[in-house]
Amino acid sequence: MKSLEELKAIRERMQHQVGFRSDSGDDQIRVVVGMATCGIASGARPVLTALSSAVQEKSLANVSVTQTGCIGLCQYEPIVEVMEPGKEKVTYVKMNPEKALEVVEQHLIKGTVVTKYTISSAMDK
Amino acid sequence: MYRSHVLVCGGTGCTSSGSQEIIRVLQEEIDKNGLTDEVCVVKTGCHGLCALGPIMIIYPDSTFYSMVKPEDVAEIVSEHLLKGRVVTRLVYDETVTDNGIKSLGETAFYKNQHRIALRNCGVINPENIDEYIGRDGYAALGKVLTEMTPDDVIKCILDSGLRGRGGGGFPTGRKWQLAKDLVKGGQKYVCCNADEGDPGAFMDRSVLEGDPHVVFEAMAIAGYAIGANQGYIYVRAEYPIAVERLEIALKQAREYGVLGENIFGTDFSFDIGLRLGAGAFVCGEETALMTSIEGNRGEPRPRPPFPAEKGLFGKPTILNNVETYANIPQIILNGAEWFASMGTEKSKGTKVFALGGKINNTGLVEIPMGTTLRTVIEDIGGGIPNGKKFKAAQTGGPSGGCIPAEHFDVPIDYDNLIQIGSMMGSGGLIVMDEDNCMVDIAKFFLEFTVDESCGKCTPCRIGTKRLYEILEKIINGNGTLEDIDKLEELCYYIKENSLCGLGQTAPNPVLSTLRYFKDEYIAHVVDKKCPAGVCKALLNFVIDPDKCKGCTLCARKCPVNAISGTVKEPHVIDTTKCIKCGACMDNCKFGAIEKK
Repeated sequence: MKSLEELKAIRERMQHQVGFRSDSGDDQIRVVVGMATCGIASGARPVLTALSSAVQEKSLANVSVTQTGCIGLCQYEPIVEVMEPGKEKVTYVKMNPEKALEVVEQHLIKGTVVTKYTISSAMDK
Repeated sequence: MYRSHVLVCGGTGCTSSGSQEIIRVLQEEIDKNGLTDEVCVVKTGCHGLCALGPIMIIYPDSTFYSMVKPEDVAEIVSEHLLKGRVVTRLVYDETVTDNGIKSLGETAFYKNQHRIALRNCGVINPENIDEYIGRDGYAALGKVLTEMTPDDVIKCILDSGLRGRGGGGFPTGRKWQLAKDLVKGGQKYVCCNADEGDPGAFMDRSVLEGDPHVVFEAMAIAGYAIGANQGYIYVRAEYPIAVERLEIALKQAREYGVLGENIFGTDFSFDIGLRLGAGAFVCGEETALMTSIEGNRGEPRPRPPFPAEKGLFGKPTILNNVETYANIPQIILNGAEWFASMGTEKSKGTKVFALGGKINNTGLVEIPMGTTLRTVIEDIGGGIPNGKKFKAAQTGGPSGGCIPAEHFDVPIDYDNLIQIGSMMGSGGLIVMDEDNCMVDIAKFFLEFTVDESCGKCTPCRIGTKRLYEILEKIINGNGTLEDIDKLEELCYYIKENSLCGLGQTAPNPVLSTLRYFKDEYIAHVVDKKCPAGVCKALLNFVIDPDKCKGCTLCARKCPVNAISGTVKEPHVIDTTKCIKCGACMDNCKFGAIEKK
């Protein structure tokens, strides 16, 4: 038999999962992973799953993680774009799951762009 | 953690259009593409847009695919789930705009809706209690048992203004209060009326299929409020999916201890039993329903005594309908004021309607009380197919009446509907256009009540049969003006003298069509014509000699050789041979055949 506390624990655990199934509003931060052939070939899938899991685990209800096709910069894949309403789009390049988690931690939660992974710093090199 | 959830409707509507097969193929394709750990498939309850089934919704992007076929599934998996490319040809076209895809909440069908009773339907997997808990499930029961007294609960329901959604509209809180106070202590029961018999209504089925736990939770809350430890759900056996999900949910609820002994460690115990009804319409009447649970033949008995005093097994009992219960946990969690802020002065909250008949978006909609028929039919329902003109809408099924076009802008609530000669009923809303004959509609509903009358009292058993016979006489062209008067007189007699709600409301379809469409009755009787062209006995098929090209097709299609004529000359129908099957009219390429 469950106590009220146990029920609360189930609720918190499940809330992320069912909360996932709601219409994404206009104030959402959209995180988009390039999942065309080039993206998949260079390892976009583990990046996508890492991002999606981290966002759900940390209950970032205002963030939705989705995929997109090729954006034409195949040499920089896996590419992750972060689109925040009212802000300029940030494009992260040559991502891997570890870098992705750093982006979740720094950018999505704390609001600081991880400049070392962005496309502008990659092009400067 | 899954990065994407694919929701497929497993309600009765989508199941009958093949959603089980889609779920099977979907899981297979997901496995084949190595997405098993990334994408989960959720079989949900009904999402409301039954006309477009089978329905599939993919999150997080909330893409709404409609009329999906098993052969489409591979493309959805490889394109959408793997590469993130929406399969545009399968997307619900209402959501497609010039700037891409808009969300479901912005479509005409969903924009005007407000889902409280249906809040979990189509969102959670009804066979997984954890998902219900994740949507605040059983939190209301927890709150009631630990923070509220039974009187607090009753006051909250009273203040919310919730009225019975099964049709009667009796204040739910008042019902609970009577059951608590009329007899102090002793054995009491909480029953749920899930014997949805109104042809055309299926909201209760949807709640049971899509969100079974909400009914258990509400019944336990009711049990706490009135001092009952046992509940019964009386559900029709014709709802096999609902029964199966109730059984699964009941097992899970008992395992979690949210039903059973000492719930949440308090001294409140409550359990629920399922009782299957064999499909008699009269068993939706409360006294007949309880008689049936007791194991006897489902016949009503006179009231008083009311069930709140002497109900099931002679003990104080409350009986509420499924949709009524589905509102309770939300009222407890959000407060009475929240609920009372929606709707009209005397009808609070929302009501679910089952849209059917001559309407584009057949399905389930939940709207705030006070919404007009125009909004429901034109905006949410997407209007009448083939550009036909709206004639009337039948609410309340065989117990209700029709609402003609002149009342299109009346706000829908309990009292307004009664005032215009109809009733809320359980929420079936059948739309009729100019091709429907109102006398024929009245006869259709009467046929149903004649069939379903239990036979215990004479006014209903014999009276409805006589009503039916008079209608038949009128439809066959043998009626007189006196018959119309007799019809009306008999209606009032049956209403006043029948034992239970079935007989008391059975004449309503006749009375309301007489009230608004008496000219159609008179046309049948005096002119021997059916203005809508439905009643065959009053129709003659004739060929317009100016339009007929003499192609001979009609003559060849006529099953009784009633059409004669030579090639390239106008043909003629012999009305003495014609059986009015309409085959000639359906096949004529020149529109030369008319019903007169």
